[in-house]
Amino acid sequence: MSEKKKMAIIASQGTLDWAYPPFILASTAAAMDMEVKIFFTFYGLPLLSHKIKAKVSPSSNPAMPMKMPFGPKFFQGFDWPIPNMVSGNLPGFETVATSLMKKTFKNKGVATVTELREMCLELGVEMIGCQMTMDVFGFEKEDFIEGVTIGGAATFLDFASEADIQLFI
Amino acid sequence: MKEHDDELDCSGLNCPMPVLKTKLKIDKMDAGKILRVITTDPGACNDLPAWAGKVGHEILSNCEEGDKYVFYVKRGA
Repeated sequence: MSEKKKMAIIASQGTLDWAYPPFILASTAAAMDMEVKIFFTFYGLPLLSHKIKAKVSPSSNPAMPMKMPFGPKFFQGFDWPIPNMVSGNLPGFETVATSLMKKTFKNKGVATVTELREMCLELGVEMIGCQMTMDVFGFEKEDFIEGVTIGGAATFLDFASEADIQLFI
Repeated sequence: MKEHDDELDCSGLNCPMPVLKTKLKIDKMDAGKILRVITTDPGACNDLPAWAGKVGHEILSNCEEGDKYVFYVKRGA
């Protein structure tokens, strides 16, 4: 059998919407018999915390559709025209948008980020926490789930240089 | 309904769960055994064959039954 394909991912974002792609792609690649490593850096690093607190921020996603996860179909299909000026400044808007998105995901049968992360671990995806980001944001290894390794740019590049797929997310 | 050795119901689950659950399930089966997978995710119609092709399993058949998609996956060596 030929050598395993490899995929190297950098997860650099920590909002709920950006938390999905690394875990979806990593778990699926591992299921497809690839060797996968994700390097969590900057705002992506908190995704390794015991409890993932990722939220979605409408203020940095001007194209985000504002839809309701309940009610009749025409109501759910309606894209609420909430100006960025409002969504970005209204206190609590992020919390509301986050719970609406989580509800929508649940209704559509999408797994939670935590479930996908567990899948990644079960399928043997290696997760690397960025040492420099830990120092900058004040994280300790104990803040992270079990099985996380710690490394820096060279650790990632050593693997990425031989990877068939490299993604920066 | 065709003959199969085991069954996995992924109804209601969305991408990438049907593929992940199928992988974890078929890993526990012996080579040559057949797994019947039921899903409601239209994306799985392309995803499951793509996955199976990469890892050496065979999709014996792939059909719609009402609002569900049913696959028969034969485990490779």
